[in-house]
Amino acid sequence: MKPTAIREPAATGIVVAGLRKRYGTTPALDGMSFTVRPGLVTGLVGPNGAGKSTTMRVILGLDAADAGTALVDGRPYRSLRRPLNHLGSLLDAAAPHPGRSGRDHLLWLAHAQGLTARRVDQVIDQVGLTPAARRKAGGYSLGMRQRLGIAAALLGDPPTLMLDEPFNGMDPDGIIWTRRLLRSLAAQGRAVLVSSHLMGEMQDIADHLVVVGRGRAVADAAVTELLAAASGDRVVLRTPAAAHATRILTRAGATVTATGPHTGPDTVTVSGLPAERIVTLLGGNAVPFTEVTAHRATLEDVYLELTRETVEFPTSPQAPR
Amino acid sequence: MTRTATPHRPGGSESGRDGFPRVLHAEWTKFRTVPGWVSGTVTAALLVVLFAALAGISADQKDAPPVPIGPGGGPVTDSFYFVHRPLTGNGGVTVSVSALHSLIPTGPADLRPGAVPWAKAGLIIKDGTRPGSPYAAIMVTGGHGVRMQDGYVHDTAGPSGPATAASPRWLRLDRTGDTITGHASTDGTHWTKVRTVHVTGLGPTAHIGLFVASPPSVHGMGTRGTVSTAVFEDLRVHGHGGGGWTGEQVGPDSPTFAGYLANTTGSFTGSGGRLTVTGAGDVAPAVRETLPTGGTLADILTGTFAALVAVTVVAALSITTEYRTGLIRLTLTAGPSRARVLLAKAVVLGGVTFAAGLAGALLAVPLGERLARTNGVYVFPATSATELRVQLGTAATLATASILALSLGAVLRHGAGAVTAAIVALVLPHLLTAVPFMPADASNWLARVTPAAAFSVQQTLERPHQVTSIYTPYNGYYPLAPGAGFAVLAAYAAVTLAVAAVLLRRRDA
Repeated sequence: MKPTAIREPAATGIVVAGLRKRYGTTPALDGMSFTVRPGLVTGLVGPNGAGKSTTMRVILGLDAADAGTALVDGRPYRSLRRPLNHLGSLLDAAAPHPGRSGRDHLLWLAHAQGLTARRVDQVIDQVGLTPAARRKAGGYSLGMRQRLGIAAALLGDPPTLMLDEPFNGMDPDGIIWTRRLLRSLAAQGRAVLVSSHLMGEMQDIADHLVVVGRGRAVADAAVTELLAAASGDRVVLRTPAAAHATRILTRAGATVTATGPHTGPDTVTVSGLPAERIVTLLGGNAVPFTEVTAHRATLEDVYLELTRETVEFPTSPQAPR
Repeated sequence: MTRTATPHRPGGSESGRDGFPRVLHAEWTKFRTVPGWVSGTVTAALLVVLFAALAGISADQKDAPPVPIGPGGGPVTDSFYFVHRPLTGNGGVTVSVSALHSLIPTGPADLRPGAVPWAKAGLIIKDGTRPGSPYAAIMVTGGHGVRMQDGYVHDTAGPSGPATAASPRWLRLDRTGDTITGHASTDGTHWTKVRTVHVTGLGPTAHIGLFVASPPSVHGMGTRGTVSTAVFEDLRVHGHGGGGWTGEQVGPDSPTFAGYLANTTGSFTGSGGRLTVTGAGDVAPAVRETLPTGGTLADILTGTFAALVAVTVVAALSITTEYRTGLIRLTLTAGPSRARVLLAKAVVLGGVTFAAGLAGALLAVPLGERLARTNGVYVFPATSATELRVQLGTAATLATASILALSLGAVLRHGAGAVTAAIVALVLPHLLTAVPFMPADASNWLARVTPAAAFSVQQTLERPHQVTSIYTPYNGYYPLAPGAGFAVLAAYAAVTLAVAAVLLRRRDA
């Protein structure tokens, strides 16, 4: 959580520390802190209005924070000489001018960084937009605009990428393609920050998660850690002799409850013993059972757990405040 | 994805151009890749040419009488009542003027005595009676004392005060070769030299004698013809020539002469050494009011206002669409120095608009002049330096207006709002000054303080001090000099650009 560990001058990536910002009386950011490290895909997740986009705008120097710092490669974004060579970004609203072709949209951006048209054609090819590159962007689907935005982010071959909701409007092929791209970018040693309001999108791509709610990070940890914490070391046991099994396992030091993630008739949840030990104990005592499953939490579970108290607009009929 | 998984080398290459040229290059690419902006700018240039062509072909004055042209090449008014006789070689003439009265119309058939400050009565030597021919004259005027004038544009003051029966003015005009000298006296014995002038083009036999002219007087938003009568005494000629005195209206059919008022006519009567001469007209440079059918470069470039609308729309939209689509965020992400981005936009837009405006004006002026002249329209002359100034000034005005519209767009961040603001600031005052019944004070005020002051760059007419007329932007006379008028627009654009830069820096994008 503390950014101090990463703040040596040569550090690449993003360091956000203690950002605060209000829009009028509404607090948008309330002590937002996290780091985005090279070689990892960091997911920035949280409900709508939690401060994800505001944080990204502050990182890019588009919005000014009331307090706190956001550094890219150890420097404020607006002090970077060739910013697109440090951080490639895709903002939710980064729509091209409808009258300009996708290629021309990337071309002016390239010229702003002293890059060539050859580099533009490279990234167009990389995102699979070549057939549509010379058409007016006004006719692009949302998915094509996302690919164009990703191409813009890749243009400067930056060590850090930051994408706001890149899966929005993408078809399944596009989503799979984007996931692979993000994984491969991280595998090349780049720092990748991806935001989403849907935790499911982070499954299988994020190495690290920053869960935000009400303008601050409520969790900042490796995905494996989060899953382990949410799963506990619980085992689901299905047996017709639940009372017998409970006696044996309790004697061996486990806690057995009738409730848990998978409740039902003949189902109990065991914690405090690994699954293998449970199988050995039950087998040794001739207790019949039909299923012993180590429980695995999903990111969805983690997310719901973490954001339960911070959801800005809960779906309950009562209006928030 | 076929990239190799080698660790990424941060930073990228940092070669090539740096700083402002890169932002400029990006903004240029941005501009040229939106077809609507390019065609809007080309349209602006074409509108300038189109209006010039329309102005050139819409007027047909093939049957109009020729406009008298003075020795300097400019159009002149050369219509007056001339009582003359020939003078061969050197010689001179003296006379005293004891009265000069003018009549001004107050109704359709109602003439009342009134003041016509530039009513003229005196002596003139002239190369015949052809309108526009060379002359030199010394005269009493209605309100400006004794004057010596020649070549239609030169004017020198002599003794002041009016000529009355109690205090007449004696005038003397002598010719020695091409040299004409004018003297004035208040007693007939003590003479004051007013001026010596060289008049080229006077033939060996010139015409010499008395003249009376009475230019139109200004009434509200128009002018009315006047008629003046002078009383001369002691007329004496020395030199060869002989013959009797002939009374004649010079230039009766000239387009710069409004004619005589109802029930009046030019005349001279003599009794007992006293001559009474009545005349109308003027001997002076022609102004727009006396030559309303004449065209100016500003008329040919009428399309500038239409081009202004097109340029304004393109300029305002070039920034407001960035706000509408959210592209401004990417722009500022690529070039974090916001003032630099705005300046680059201004340079690109101003440069492109200048080039388009100049192309339009360079085509429009010769085309319009040629078409107008083919149709017999008289075009007020302008030197090639003046013509170039008008063309460059028109281009610079359009360019600066585009920067003003861009700045308004950056401040307001709303397309319709910015276009409206720019049109209210620029086009509206210009249209108001182009309304013929706009009071001169209001019109001149608008042409001084609003951004439309810049239209003075199209001014080609000079305002002769010796002609009373209506000098308004509508007639082609601007209250500010071309440079000063343009500076007013430039100041508006610079202030708005500075405000836009400050707001762009301060506001969240």
